[in-house]
Amino acid sequence: MRTLLLDALLKGPLTEPAPAADDAELMALAAQLEGAARRRLGRGLAIRQVDAGSCNGCELEIHALSNAYYDLERFGLRFVASPRHADVLLVTGPVTANMREALLRTHAATPGPKWVVAAGSCACDGGMFAGSYACAGGVEAVLPVDLRIPGCPPSPATLLKGLIALLGR
Amino acid sequence: MPALFNVLASGRIRPDHRPWLRAEVDAALWCALAQQLAEGRWTLLGLWGDAGAVHMALLDATGGAVGVASLACADGTFPSVGRLHAPAQRLERTITDLFGLTPVDAPDTRPWLDHGRWPVSRPLAARPGAPEAAPYAFLPVEGEGLHEVAVGPVHAGIIEPGHFRFTANGEAVVRLEERLGYVHRGVEGLMAGASVAQGAALAGRVCGDSTVAYALAFARAVEAALGVAAPERAQWLRGLMAELERLANHIGDIGAVCNDAAFPRLLAPCAVLREQVLRAAEAGFGQRMMKDRIVPGGVTADLAPAGAARIRALVSTARAALPELISIYDGTASLQDRTAGTGFARPDLVARFGCGGFVGRASGRGFDARRVLPYAPYDALTFAVPVLDGGDVNARVWVRIKEVEQSLGLVTQMLDRMPEGPLGVDLPVPGAPCEGLALVEGFRGDVLAFVRLDAEGRIARCHLRDPSWFQWPVLEAAIEGNIIADFPLCNKSFNCAYAGVDL
Ligand code: SF4
Repeated sequence: MRTLLLDALLKGPLTEPAPAADDAELMALAAQLEGAARRRLGRGLAIRQVDAGSCNGCELEIHALSNAYYDLERFGLRFVASPRHADVLLVTGPVTANMREALLRTHAATPGPKWVVAAGSCACDGGMFAGSYACAGGVEAVLPVDLRIPGCPPSPATLLKGLIALLGR
Repeated sequence: MPALFNVLASGRIRPDHRPWLRAEVDAALWCALAQQLAEGRWTLLGLWGDAGAVHMALLDATGGAVGVASLACADGTFPSVGRLHAPAQRLERTITDLFGLTPVDAPDTRPWLDHGRWPVSRPLAARPGAPEAAPYAFLPVEGEGLHEVAVGPVHAGIIEPGHFRFTANGEAVVRLEERLGYVHRGVEGLMAGASVAQGAALAGRVCGDSTVAYALAFARAVEAALGVAAPERAQWLRGLMAELERLANHIGDIGAVCNDAAFPRLLAPCAVLREQVLRAAEAGFGQRMMKDRIVPGGVTADLAPAGAARIRALVSTARAALPELISIYDGTASLQDRTAGTGFARPDLVARFGCGGFVGRASGRGFDARRVLPYAPYDALTFAVPVLDGGDVNARVWVRIKEVEQSLGLVTQMLDRMPEGPLGVDLPVPGAPCEGLALVEGFRGDVLAFVRLDAEGRIARCHLRDPSWFQWPVLEAAIEGNIIADFPLCNKSFNCAYAGVDL
């Protein structure tokens, strides 16, 4: 414990500055959300992550957002356990036939206003699993999508960029 | 000659299968092998379907040999192995779901991967059928005072989807029944007819935390089929990537297990250390998880010029950080109170199911593919395979701590002695169908890959077997008698794959 306190005092935080949202899609979304989201939700968003058939690679990078380097919560973004507490559904995977209903139910359980973010190539358009008998081929095939964050998996910095854009900063 | 080869030799040996033996056997020999599995003479490594046939991979642990027995299913049936040997049951249910082949006298005939949601049934059979949807019959529960708790597929945390049906008496779990298959993406269907390059990319996307292990298993199976070997430098770079992957997962999970015991004090530094591993991997190989870096024939990226120094720096950082993390883990009574004695995996069950990885090695089963069936570069490196017999959450954490130490040593050895040379060889066009099998040690245990190529070198059949096929059932047993509140802790200490087994 002593070393921990000393380290914290002497070494300073590991947390890195936030990446800027430079992407056109992100800017447009930020502008669109600016009014509604800010007015109703203030400067914080609750995120419910749903794995709809991911290989788990995307989840690992989403997890990384909570480590000291990225420290997601400093932006007012936090992961919540229930869709009933969520403003944003962060969906990964190509939406397998076996997860389709669970995803729809999770969406239905999320109170409005709500946004759907597709994270990762699989969620964006099915990725390598598009065309399989077992997949819908992306979140768009099942739910209206507000933001796509491509990458296989998207790096934590890329994810952070997209999520910050949701706050319209 | 290993005993397994002698037994298989009475079948018809396939000359186009490498590097071990595959024999076409008759129903009598198939049943005899199943009986010997049940007697503990062999360990089941895999059981999978094909067009009109089933294959069973066996390990002869004493002889360090692997063999495959194949049985033609002329009438669409085969004698059930699961009838005698429980570890085969879910694999047989999968064969029925995907190929429509029926295990005769199987004790459990419920579907496994097929939830009645696909547009077809038996998608990999020559003639797929119409979808069949029937409500899933969970095992019946009877008894006074028992209640059921259903959890999933969507969980509270950021984890993969699966359904857990607990039967509890008060707080104590009397039975857990797992239902998986939610992330079935049809990997083996997409593999059929794909090029080797597409197959490698798909293999790397089966199970995200083991992308290196899967790509390596697939590459080695293709290379075995074609009778080629990756150049030495490529093999060593693959080893380096595999150990970095092991480090990232072990370190991250040690923190996560402690977090599930309500001790985030260790989650934070472990998450930082894991991030440092991923950043070193990115500096070395251009991608945090080293996805798409291993392909049949070699590797696609050399170690970046600054990469070696960056990885060495990581090793020193980790070596400096570990003693304190270990002393916190070992010296916090409230944490030990949660991990010691919890989630006991019985050694006899672990041996019967052939649990690989730290689940096996924490319950006395010392199998490690790097040691028992050594492949490059491990045959030239020095490392220990830590084995404990505690069988509880604590033992699984300790095995992983010790494996972190071993992997750090392996990384240093590989950097010190990295051979020079080319990064890949061109793959020949086979000209005739050929097959290969590979077994590779991922962080979770041994990943099996079977690949059959057609004459043009396209994939005719590819089967990938995740280590968790044989770990999930043991988790059901390990949770018995524990309180429901300890399930996340037990579950995390096993850390079974969902995507890997759902395919
Ligand atoms: S985008 Fe890539 S990492 Fe994410 S789920 Fe798909 S295959 Fe896995």
